[in-house]
Amino acid sequence: MLATALGSPAPFGQSQFAFMRGNAFEAKVKADGGAELLRLLYERLGGGAEAPAGDAATPDLSAAGPEGRAARTALALREATAAGGWALLDHPMLALEVAGSPAYLEPDAVVVHPDGRWTVVEIKSFPMIDASADPSKVGAAARQAAVYVLALERVAAVTEGAEVGHQVLLVCPKDFSNLPTASVVDVRKQRAVTRRQLTRLTRVEDIAAGLPEGTTFDPACPPEELDAAVAAVPPAYAPECLAACELAFHCRARSRAEGAVETLGRSVRGELGGLTTVAGVLAAAAGKEGDPADPTVAALRRAAALRAEALESAEALRDGTRESGSVPRAGAPEGAAACR
Amino acid sequence: MTTVFDPGAAAARATDAILGDTLRGSARGIVVDSPPGAGKSTLVVRAALELAAAGHPLMVIAQTNAQVDDLVVRLAEKDPELPVGRLHSNDSDPYDKVLDGLENVRKSAKAADLAGLDVVISTAAKWAHVKNVEPWGHAIVDEAYQMRSDALLAVAGLFERALFVGDPGQLDPFSIVGADQWAGLSYDPSASAVSTLLAHNPELPQHRLPVSWRLPASAAPLVSDAFYPYTPFRSGTDHGDRKLSFGVASDGSGPDRVLDEAAESGWGLLELPARHTPRTDPEAVRAVALVVRRLLDRGGVATSERAEDPVPVTADRVAVGTAHRDQAAAVRAALTELGVTGVAVDTANRLQGREFDVTVVLHPLSGRPDATAFHLETGRLCVLASRHRHACVVVCREGVADLLDEHPSTEPVQLGVTVKFPDGWEANHAVLAHLSERRVRWRP
Amino acid sequence: MSLITTLARLEAVDTGRAQPLATVRHRHLTDRPLVLVPLTTAGEAGAPLGALVGTDREAPRLLAVAQPRDRDLRFAFLAELAEAVLPHIEAYADVVEPAERNETDPATGKKTKVEVELCTDAAQLIVPSRAGVEFVRLLGRSMRFRRTAEDDPDTPYPAPARVPLLGRWLTHYGERARVPGSSLLPAVTDLLNRHWATGQSSLEDQHLGALLAWIDPPAGSSGAEAALRAELARDGEGQLLCPPAGPATDPDFDNRLLAPAIERYDRARTALASAEDGLAADARLGELSAAEREIRSLLARVMLPTWDAVWRGLDLLRELPEGSRAEDRWTRDRWSFTAHRDRVRSGEPPQPRRDDAVTAAQKLASRETAQAQLEAQEALDDPLVLAGRRLAGEAFLATVSEVEMAYTESKRPSPRPLVTVRTDERPHLGERTKVYRSLEGKPQTAEFVRYADGPPADDGEIPLVLRILDRMGRGKEPAPGSVPEPGERIAWTLFEHDQRGGPKLPDPEETPWTHGGPPGADAATRAERPDPVTPEDLL
Repeated sequence: MLATALGSPAPFGQSQFAFMRGNAFEAKVKADGGAELLRLLYERLGGGAEAPAGDAATPDLSAAGPEGRAARTALALREATAAGGWALLDHPMLALEVAGSPAYLEPDAVVVHPDGRWTVVEIKSFPMIDASADPSKVGAAARQAAVYVLALERVAAVTEGAEVGHQVLLVCPKDFSNLPTASVVDVRKQRAVTRRQLTRLTRVEDIAAGLPEGTTFDPACPPEELDAAVAAVPPAYAPECLAACELAFHCRARSRAEGAVETLGRSVRGELGGLTTVAGVLAAAAGKEGDPADPTVAALRRAAALRAEALESAEALRDGTRESGSVPRAGAPEGAAACR
Repeated sequence: MTTVFDPGAAAARATDAILGDTLRGSARGIVVDSPPGAGKSTLVVRAALELAAAGHPLMVIAQTNAQVDDLVVRLAEKDPELPVGRLHSNDSDPYDKVLDGLENVRKSAKAADLAGLDVVISTAAKWAHVKNVEPWGHAIVDEAYQMRSDALLAVAGLFERALFVGDPGQLDPFSIVGADQWAGLSYDPSASAVSTLLAHNPELPQHRLPVSWRLPASAAPLVSDAFYPYTPFRSGTDHGDRKLSFGVASDGSGPDRVLDEAAESGWGLLELPARHTPRTDPEAVRAVALVVRRLLDRGGVATSERAEDPVPVTADRVAVGTAHRDQAAAVRAALTELGVTGVAVDTANRLQGREFDVTVVLHPLSGRPDATAFHLETGRLCVLASRHRHACVVVCREGVADLLDEHPSTEPVQLGVTVKFPDGWEANHAVLAHLSERRVRWRP
Repeated sequence: MSLITTLARLEAVDTGRAQPLATVRHRHLTDRPLVLVPLTTAGEAGAPLGALVGTDREAPRLLAVAQPRDRDLRFAFLAELAEAVLPHIEAYADVVEPAERNETDPATGKKTKVEVELCTDAAQLIVPSRAGVEFVRLLGRSMRFRRTAEDDPDTPYPAPARVPLLGRWLTHYGERARVPGSSLLPAVTDLLNRHWATGQSSLEDQHLGALLAWIDPPAGSSGAEAALRAELARDGEGQLLCPPAGPATDPDFDNRLLAPAIERYDRARTALASAEDGLAADARLGELSAAEREIRSLLARVMLPTWDAVWRGLDLLRELPEGSRAEDRWTRDRWSFTAHRDRVRSGEPPQPRRDDAVTAAQKLASRETAQAQLEAQEALDDPLVLAGRRLAGEAFLATVSEVEMAYTESKRPSPRPLVTVRTDERPHLGERTKVYRSLEGKPQTAEFVRYADGPPADDGEIPLVLRILDRMGRGKEPAPGSVPEPGERIAWTLFEHDQRGGPKLPDPEETPWTHGGPPGADAATRAERPDPVTPEDLL
């Protein structure tokens, strides 16, 4: 929304095919009181407990507003833990303080084991083919689950006999079918990282306090005003943003206009030391600017010289072997203009 | 009732259990995790000698020629009469010339020439080419966590049973091409030999050397917490057992102040002003060299349980660690300029397994605009932070904590791969938080 | 990224046009590649949506699935794909030349040369992007375990006849694509990115349209402007002018055009099924064909720009002369192609779902060898690639200033000439570091002896002394031309030019206990087991 108003629509959105499949799969996994889900969980993480035999509790978690639902969830967790049986909480609501304000989270499911262990369940519609799945998607699911584990730990801390498992259950379609299969993912790493991030996150008020008075992010504003508002927030554009944020094309345009070298990727900065702009680097490489004693500048000049020398020698080589009447650069064929 | 932790007794118990399993146990494999400086080499030499003494000839598999030669020398030191075979490659200069002076060490490029000797030692790479020999009853695999699973596959047919020894916290083996398609398989060829071994033989006895004799009491808790959170270890010495002091008082400069801090607390962070720099940051490189120069100039002496009297910290007891080779080269040049010779300057990879009194480390993230997986690799920082007996000085630009915050860990996750180790991002933060309490800010 | 590549990218930003990263083409292109542009259904693992395929850029064959959730339609698509791809592959499989291969005699353990067939050329398959390679792999996996009615008359939902075979070939291509330097199944984006640096990040370089916009922008437009149009420009219907190169589709295409069209198709099908007489059925059949035609034309519309872009990319690549060692790597691809042909012909079962321990280790070792070889060959073929290695201190150019004859101290002395060379580069030389040069296409080895004037200063020309170690013939005096001569300018590398293969691994039947032991008798049957199917094989 905001991106479109700024004139940089990003190619986002979800295909309804994917959306429908995701919903259909989750419904299939949770059908019959979650019998299949509990079977998978018992198979992978059952421990020494009795197998759930159709008698697992599925408490009603509905309540008014996120706060109410979170309270209802906490109560259901307490009751299920005290009862000492299996319980499946479908879409519970958890609260976690982020940068000073409460955020509400809704995992796909949480299972309470008879021994008081709580396990987070994530249901995803990407496939597990021959027991492996897209690592970046699994990584994202693990990070997501780690946040749920952290939020659950707050509840467990005030619930007698409760303990949150650091192993979560990831449920996905098996191979090319619609049959569910599951894998256990250890989220200790992700949990540790998230915990540290939460303690380090600048408080939202601190960011807000640094902004000019009257800053707003309402898409109904005229573009110039919006532009100014967005410009006041410290940007850190990197190409990775393009896949994650709808404002990325806007940030990229600004970053390019400033000539920032990060537009070419974060790794580009690695060898450029204090030089941050395209023009600055090229001027240093060309010997127009910069201190030759600076190792960055020296390396750049060497790189530029080696590159020029290699291109020249290749050119000479090609001229030498080329027949008279050199080959002209072929124009793009007709009909290839569709992408222009 | 609380009992006082007796490191010597704890270590002896562990060693006895390991040797018991090795000599008398029935398991085909025994795995020993050894944190930095816990006496891994001593254990390997002892196990080899005891096996040989019990009439069990054995083969020893190490990962590099330097490790092999080092083991041969240690074995010969302990038992000069022991017939040892050094199997070597066909390259020129295949082994350390020191071996030529050892009477009972036979050297050959052919396994057949060494048949019948009590102990035959070589690298995994060389053993992999040995074919058509009668398998050994026993083997010792050294640095097993740095050995790749496929290297073990190539040599496992040569022995009946083996003792696997290594440090799980150091740099993992790597491959120059992608190996994702085998991730999660128990025998992933790019994984470490130990992870494959244990995946297929989970019942094997696993031991842990619980005490680091190298790391001082000031360092063991930090290294253990940050890099071995699920397998903690202790220091063999207590606060006050080791002491680093200087004959010459501080001149008040940054290098001198950070040396005093490190002598006092075991750690020192020399923090230069925030700045994005190339890898060979001239100021940081020079700061590293100056710290070394001052350490030697001020007549550092180390008191420890090893000797009655304080021992001078000479150049050969000091090392500089870096992440990249060009950084090491730049530090070497800077040291030469300051007239310092004899100090080991190398990358983490090459410092693995070595020990010094004092180390000076150029922080892998110093001055960097980005934090790549390479720089965040836990093993790299672990190696750099665990080479010292007395003190470690880290030289770094300000701003690494912010850099880490800008690059939160978003590692992909492969199904079925066991989590063995903390996240590099998290470990870096933990070390940094500790170091920041030992900080000396300095503007060169 | 090396600093030379970074500089090229920055120059591309500055000039508004991609800059060369190579001066020759490092991948072999055949005269008649088969181009495949596939599309898949969002959210589904094995539900192809359509494809353009063929060897004639003017006449792609359009394959489409009107309702991807219908197993019969998917099978029809796969059968048609087999019909489009397999004859092309088989045409290459039959043209052979005699060749020799080293084999170890199992009885004696001796190496012998065996006369075998080698396909004179191999069928090259080209897809638009890396995701396309991944999709070929996925298609292969989804097809190779299928059973046809002929395989097993009782199999539920038998697959069309040639589908499992296509699965095995696509699996082979997908697996071969993981070998560094292989050209059996390249992605055009990878080919282009190897040879040009654009003014955008490597992430954005995965967009074929944007990538081409930088390499060959339309007149009057900068690469950045053209790339932005390729990324974002939409028509009046809100559709991207340059649709994604697949296999994923643009969600806006799915939601606004495709989903309604599929709905119409489903309605027409239901209507046809409920038609009560022949006349009504005829009319409804007409509606069904119209609905199907609409889907086909929608799919053609989003695939054609990619089809054209692939061919345009190939045109650009063909302008570069092929590097001389690319042929050598293509020969390896031909061996790989021939070996798979032989496996299929001898009736071997489909490739297993996951490699066994020995196969995995063998593949990793051979890919590491291929990677090292690729890096060496590219540097030897291309001064621009060599420049990167020189910058990294892994190679250097030097002029010979002096040659002093020396000999080994054995009974039959061999020549070991000392060559002094001068260079202003700073290679990472240590005591007795080996260096190599290319002599008549073969590597000659030398070792670093010393810096003639003591440790080198920061810059300026320095003399180095090297000792030549081999390739000088058998006599006491070196063969003519085998020793560098004063004045010669020579490129030395610190890396080897050829790679030695790794050690021989045990046979899979002798997998050691550390790796799970031998696979067991039933492993083969388990490996061939088809995937489970359910009546409603969709979501």
